[in-house]
Amino acid sequence: MANASSINPPSIDKSGPRRSSKYGSMKRDRTWALRWSYFFLTIFAAFSLLPPIYMLITSLKTSAEISAATNPWWVFNPTLSNYIELLTSNQFQIFFRNSAMVSILVVTLTMLISVPAAFALARMKFWGSTTLATGVFLTYLIPDTLLFIPLFKMFATVNDWTGIQLMNRWWVLVLIYPTLTVPFCTWIMIGYFASIPKELDEAAIIDGASWFQTMTKIFIPVAFPGLIAATIFAFTVSWAQFLYPLAFTTSIDQLVLPVGIITSLIKGDVFNWGQIMTGALLGAAPPLIIYAFLMDYYVAGLTAGATKG
Amino acid sequence: MADVSIRKVVKEYEGGVQAVKGIDLDIADKEFVVLVGPSGCGKSTTLRMIAGLEDITDGEIAIDSEVVNDVPPKDRDIAMVFQNYALYPHMTVAENMSFGLRLKRFPKAEIKVRVDEAARILDITELLDRKPKALSGGQRQRVAMGRAIVRNPKVFLFDEPLSNLDAKLRVQMRTEIKRVHQKVRTTTVYVTHDQIEAMTLADRVVVMNHGRIEQVGPPNELYHSPRTRFVAGFIGSPAMNIMPATIEAAGGGLAVRLSEQLALPIPDAKVARYRSLVGKPKMLLGLRPEHITEVRPHAEPGIVPFSVQLDVTEPMGMETLVYFKIKELEICGRVNPNAGARDNSPMQLSADLNNMHVIDEASGLVI
Repeated sequence: MANASSINPPSIDKSGPRRSSKYGSMKRDRTWALRWSYFFLTIFAAFSLLPPIYMLITSLKTSAEISAATNPWWVFNPTLSNYIELLTSNQFQIFFRNSAMVSILVVTLTMLISVPAAFALARMKFWGSTTLATGVFLTYLIPDTLLFIPLFKMFATVNDWTGIQLMNRWWVLVLIYPTLTVPFCTWIMIGYFASIPKELDEAAIIDGASWFQTMTKIFIPVAFPGLIAATIFAFTVSWAQFLYPLAFTTSIDQLVLPVGIITSLIKGDVFNWGQIMTGALLGAAPPLIIYAFLMDYYVAGLTAGATKG
Repeated sequence: MADVSIRKVVKEYEGGVQAVKGIDLDIADKEFVVLVGPSGCGKSTTLRMIAGLEDITDGEIAIDSEVVNDVPPKDRDIAMVFQNYALYPHMTVAENMSFGLRLKRFPKAEIKVRVDEAARILDITELLDRKPKALSGGQRQRVAMGRAIVRNPKVFLFDEPLSNLDAKLRVQMRTEIKRVHQKVRTTTVYVTHDQIEAMTLADRVVVMNHGRIEQVGPPNELYHSPRTRFVAGFIGSPAMNIMPATIEAAGGGLAVRLSEQLALPIPDAKVARYRSLVGKPKMLLGLRPEHITEVRPHAEPGIVPFSVQLDVTEPMGMETLVYFKIKELEICGRVNPNAGARDNSPMQLSADLNNMHVIDEASGLVI
């Protein structure tokens, strides 16, 4: 809006060549648009990048330097001791292994459920299929914080009836996380599958493919970007999940990374900031690497599902 | 290689909408049949029922004398070409064509022979390793046909295969489809809304309207002896002129009166046929544009001169289309480009009533 006056030539001035001033104003308009874009993008980039940069700087400091009253944005005596300590610590390796196991299993389980579910809901017409599709989405809208008390109750009941202990087991997270990931991934995949022209599966069916073959040989390859997007989502959710593991796991050897870092590196009111920052950075690395490699797929998947679905 | 027979087939969608209202059709072995009609006439639904993509509400469809109502599409031994090609985007041309054979676990050598043969027929051998997105519209259409040919099915089904192509390519591919059919001689059912495609391709044309078959016959029979007003108006371009008329006695014979000023004598050969219509209301005269021409130098029986005031002329090169009005109804004629037709000027034309049709407006039937 600030540039509005510069676009319209003043109404009093009637001598200026109209054509060239119009052309000039359009160019100026674009320049201003660019400037504003850069202005806001810089604010946004600073907003999201400063915390990780601060984490990186802090992780390279000794505890003494962190507590000293020096410039927090500069490292005077850089050290890798935090990294070495964490990476060689048995605990951290257990947390990392637990996180990796949970995430990989959750992603696998989620895909095995949500891809066929989405295919069925998108393509097979059966009684109640539309209601079910809406239901899947509504499930996703239930906040997970509401669920963990009922889940406690369910675990107790299962324990009463079968004697199987579900509390304080890392693998139980593999059963819980899909309640969050499956609805969303199914929803993404429904949108993506729905964007595939109907004639494609009709052609496959006439070619002699069964429903299962149509899904595996046609739909999954064609919807591959969407599949990647769903996979990344499931992985991020299960990797970053904090509330459920905090509530359901307690022993050190059952903890996943986010909870493990908090539990083992904060002792009473003593915060081992250097290692907390290092642990958080190392924990953020796997999703970061995955995003970096699959970003194009992720964007393509989300937008395609959104606009064509 | 098989015949297809359709017996009293009805398609009713949920909510009681009838797309196909009981049609009967026999398609002979190796025949090329075109279903044509305006959109919503039930032609595509009929094709999809033959394919097995739509359930049949009532009646039965038999392929090769075997009733297929409850046979799934893959066991009907048919191949279909879709309007939007429906090529699998992640497969190469060769993989697209061989997909059906691979699902049926054909030996690799056999698949290669068939794909190469089909590619040769369609002239797409050099495209076999490409993905569909690297192909033009016409090439994609060839691949879609190739996918049908390699299967060597009993019946080919085409669902408006040329509608997505530009006009020039459409004409080329039309010829191509005809050429391919002459080579492979498979029973073919082809759906289109384009009556020119129907006329040029078909051994027999099936004109459909409102879920019913209006008329079945070879292209020329449909053109020259339409049985209903709909067929008369639908087949032929520019469309047949259909104008309100009354039949009246004139001298010893009959005349067809179009307005107070204009009454054209009916040729003697047709008098017997139309005698009973004298004085009946709601009659329509159907006359194709090519039967309204400039005045010929020699008088011939049944060709009647009359004069009109032209509104618009459209020179087409080999002919000129002239438009004039009779009682506010626009009539089209086709005259020689050298006949001197000009916009907004009077002209002497002649009507060839040997080719006239009289239609009963109430029943829509040609008499």
